[in-house]
Amino acid sequence: MKITRKEFLELSGLSVLAAGALHAVHAVKAEETSHPAGAQADPPKKQMALAIDLRKCRQRLGCNLCSAACNAAHNVPQFSDPRHQVKWIWSEPFAEVFPLDQNGYTRRNYTGSPLPILCNHCDHPPCVEVCPTGATWKRAEDGVVMMDWHRCIGCKYCITACPYDARSFNFSDPRTALQQVNPDFPTRTLGVVEKCDFCAERLAKGEPPACVEACPEKAIVFGDVHDASSEISKALEESYSLRRKPELGTGPNVFYFL
Amino acid sequence: MSLIEKTLAGGRRYWLWLGFLAVLMVMALLGWVQEQQVGLGITDLSRNMPWGLYIGQFIFCVGVGDAALVVMLPYYLHHWRAYAKVALLGQILGTVGVILAMLFIFVSMGKPVRLINVLLYPHPRSLIFWDMLTLSGYVILTAIIIFRLLIAEQEHSAPPLWTQRLVLLSFPWAVGIHTVTAFLLCGLVARPYWFTALLAPRFLASALTAGSAMLVLILLLLKRLELFDAEEDALRRLATTAAYCLVVHVFFTLVEFFNVFYGGVPQEVEHVDYLYGGLTATSPVAPWMWLSAVLALVALLVLLVPALRQRTPLLLAACTSAVISIWIEKGFGMLVGGFEPSPFGATPPYVPDFSEWKVAAGIWALGAFLVTLMYKIVFSVRKEAES
Ligand code: SF4
Ligand code: SF4
Repeated sequence: MKITRKEFLELSGLSVLAAGALHAVHAVKAEETSHPAGAQADPPKKQMALAIDLRKCRQRLGCNLCSAACNAAHNVPQFSDPRHQVKWIWSEPFAEVFPLDQNGYTRRNYTGSPLPILCNHCDHPPCVEVCPTGATWKRAEDGVVMMDWHRCIGCKYCITACPYDARSFNFSDPRTALQQVNPDFPTRTLGVVEKCDFCAERLAKGEPPACVEACPEKAIVFGDVHDASSEISKALEESYSLRRKPELGTGPNVFYFL
Repeated sequence: MSLIEKTLAGGRRYWLWLGFLAVLMVMALLGWVQEQQVGLGITDLSRNMPWGLYIGQFIFCVGVGDAALVVMLPYYLHHWRAYAKVALLGQILGTVGVILAMLFIFVSMGKPVRLINVLLYPHPRSLIFWDMLTLSGYVILTAIIIFRLLIAEQEHSAPPLWTQRLVLLSFPWAVGIHTVTAFLLCGLVARPYWFTALLAPRFLASALTAGSAMLVLILLLLKRLELFDAEEDALRRLATTAAYCLVVHVFFTLVEFFNVFYGGVPQEVEHVDYLYGGLTATSPVAPWMWLSAVLALVALLVLLVPALRQRTPLLLAACTSAVISIWIEKGFGMLVGGFEPSPFGATPPYVPDFSEWKVAAGIWALGAFLVTLMYKIVFSVRKEAES
């Protein structure tokens, strides 16, 4: 065994160098790639966003027309076991959605009432960062965070990485939990992850997301926040809004007016 | 070919043992097929715990990979003669550990048939991509090493220089697989329990402890079965290694606790609190975490005092305690602490289902199976070389 410590150190140094070089090569490659997964490199030209006016939403406590419309449009399976539910847009109490944005004296009116939550189509989505296959990616043209249900390997890394619980795994066959199937939208299979896609299929036809259309109070505004003249940009300029956990640096694009 | 034939010559005890392991493996296979057909919903995994026992075992098994480091490095770099016969056994254990780690990821997936997508659409920003490369690379690298070292023993010669160079390459690689595994978790802003730069060093410390303690246990067992007579000196040195690593492991854990509790940021405190039963009255994981803590301290006491660790029964007890302690902490607590309480403060208990235990037991059985076969080859080669 004639290997000296010096040789070993040289060898380890070499492997560190090699790893560094590899990293650089990959970084370059990531910039070149035209696959949507590389889209984090430049910010999208447009960034679709959603603003929910809770002042209006609170007018109809217990209403779930937005999620009902979404579920019907996207064949979202309705599992009874809460541990295995699949959710695209749903309600949680204010106090749990914004645990840090209240104090012990906040009016019960705010903290007790449920509010709709969904995927935030983040500026820097950790789910996209961690996905090993590019089955979820941020669309370059409008910033929508998309899913490819045929590519997803069901590793659930994205669920682990999303700070907002916005992703659901199909623990059972989703087709068995559908009362009615919308033939215009695909159903999913066992073992893949799904989430809100900002109604990419409707955006393609120039229609607003289903939840926006379904709300009788017109509490949800949808549009491009990079366009200063859009309805949503104006609304955000006018009233103070909250986002979920902005301190994490994910840049959520769902806003709430109190 | 002749190497493989050596696994076929064995007594009754040998075949019974292999048969027993085979039964466990078949049960696991059936359990896994069912999980894939019916869905992972039949396990206790849920929205809150998308990863559970399997990923925990994955972390622990990557740690077993470091069993190779604790004997191979001193032997090939520092020429500790005491490890002349033990080094190869440690390398085999380590390689099998990493194979198991990969299997644990595999069974945790919802669509494993699509695994190839990771290579078809490589996404180098994902740590899973790197984990897959480094783990499989390590197995290939060390399989070559093991094979070549065996040939060298058969031929009574020193391994060729290229093999020795590969051995050296395997050292930083072994550190690398555990670092990448820690990076898998510690870069996630969503999970405060993992979001600490100390995670990779902690993983390494616990892995080196568990690896060396496990090796001591295996050597004691082999001695008892009169299959391999490890030198006293080798056992003593391994026990010392385990002692030092355990000290570092406990130190790192306490450092983390200080940071969390003295700082007192609620999002950080609640996870540790949940693990040790401070957050909810009914945390099924709390008794286990306390058991893990007590076992670590017992092992620490025995391993630190030379007069104690030199007594074989005590050494046996200490190493068993250390392995179980780390198995609970890394193989289970790590995951529960990461996910509970959920972003909404929910704490539905996670208790791995029978199906999960069955699959996990089968994978471990496969590990024991592979180790048995490989050790069998090593011992036969050595016997032939001697005569
Ligand atoms: S909310 Fe979650 S799922 Fe949606 S883009 Fe952000 S990290 Fe991804
Ligand atoms: S579960 Fe699917 S979408 Fe999520 S990270 Fe894995 S492959 Fe990507």
